[in-house]
Amino acid sequence: MTRSDWRSRGHPAYWAFLVHRVSGLLLALFLPLHFVALGQALAGEEALDAFLAWTERPLVKASEVALVFLLAAHFTGGLRLLVVEFVGWRRESDKAILAAAGGAAAFCALIYALNLF
Amino acid sequence: MSARAETLAWLAQRASAAILALCVTVHLATLIVAVHEGLSAAAILGRTHGSVTWAAFYVLFVVAVSVHAPLGLRTIAAEWLSWKGRTADGACVALGIVLLVLGIRAVTAVTL
Amino acid sequence: MPAPEKLLHVSVWRGTAAGGFRSYQVPRQDAQTVLDVVTWIQRRIDASLAYRFACRVGMCGSCAMTVNGIPRWTCRTHVARVATGERLQIAPLANLPIVRDLVVDMTEFFDKWARAKGGFVPTATRRGDFARVRPDSTSRRAVDAAIECIGCAVCYAACDVIAWNPAYLGPAALNRAWTLTRDVRDGARRERLAAVAGDAGCHACHTHTLCSERCPTRLSPTLSIAGLKRTTALATLRGEL
Repeated sequence: MTRSDWRSRGHPAYWAFLVHRVSGLLLALFLPLHFVALGQALAGEEALDAFLAWTERPLVKASEVALVFLLAAHFTGGLRLLVVEFVGWRRESDKAILAAAGGAAAFCALIYALNLF
Repeated sequence: MSARAETLAWLAQRASAAILALCVTVHLATLIVAVHEGLSAAAILGRTHGSVTWAAFYVLFVVAVSVHAPLGLRTIAAEWLSWKGRTADGACVALGIVLLVLGIRAVTAVTL
Repeated sequence: MPAPEKLLHVSVWRGTAAGGFRSYQVPRQDAQTVLDVVTWIQRRIDASLAYRFACRVGMCGSCAMTVNGIPRWTCRTHVARVATGERLQIAPLANLPIVRDLVVDMTEFFDKWARAKGGFVPTATRRGDFARVRPDSTSRRAVDAAIECIGCAVCYAACDVIAWNPAYLGPAALNRAWTLTRDVRDGARRERLAAVAGDAGCHACHTHTLCSERCPTRLSPTLSIAGLKRTTALATLRGEL
């Protein structure tokens, strides 16, 4: 059998699926690290501060912005899925909803990035 | 898994998603405020130390994500790694437990 | 003297899964459909080209093929709309075994229809009165919105989940099962819900919406499958599943 290629998938809802899946995957990989980092506070404020100093590096800050985007995107994309599955789906409004979801996620990441300075 | 079990897994995923929707909204707002004020141990712990509200909130957050993340990874494993069945389900449960333990530890660290 | 012809460069899949694309030059015509192109090749260049068609007017769905990567009804696809710079690529539908050239084996597609319990199970006999179903009732409107499927397999070919999960019943089978779930006369609700739940059923749908995007009859398997998710969830919570 043949398989569909990229020409069949150039479609907003498909990108939304991919973003949702990849963001979920990356967030799931990040989560244990996040918990361990916060767990540093068990060793006292100084231990947590030492870790936070490490996060001041530009590459880490950039990753933080990316993570905020991933979280917001997974969230807004997930809201759309909850609406599709429990309320309904309409061909005409799907593109607008996708745009709103993407926009909201980008907005969150932007606000976070701006607040870094 | 049986049709009933799969449907329950789907329900658990959506229910945890709904809870996470609330938690993530609060968390995103908190992140933005926190980073605006500057990330230091004193700032973070000053907010959360001894707070029953924050403890309750984060425990709810941790429980919900310990259900949601493994179920999501299980689907990816089944579809993209062709990893299904007992071992995959076992790994899913194990991951849930790991996240729960590390998560509660982190909540304890910042609220006690 | 006829004016010099404009030529289409057409790439057509020949052979089985182990086959490949072969090139043909076909004269361009006005109002030419992709089915016209395939027919021209078979009649004028290579009589061994295998393909399916029947009505030629967008009613039967037999002529479904992959055109420039997208599954379509070739009798309803104008060359002018899809040819990129006088080039066309025609292949058999994806996700189904290739018999030969542009012909796919539809057995699995219809087997899954049966597996999803996509057939009406009557409860009345000829001795009873006619069933009374109001056409404006919510349940009947839900059925009407999804009932026009002619089983062309375009949605099945468009679905990515089938490629990752060969057991997945697919959009058409699930769409039909949904209409029966909403049919007040049907008598196999329990068996059908059990058949469509699970990771080969509605729960494997990830809302790519490619099925609804490509359906030539403008149906929404996306909507139907979401309905099945809700129905199976409710049935599970009630202990019916």
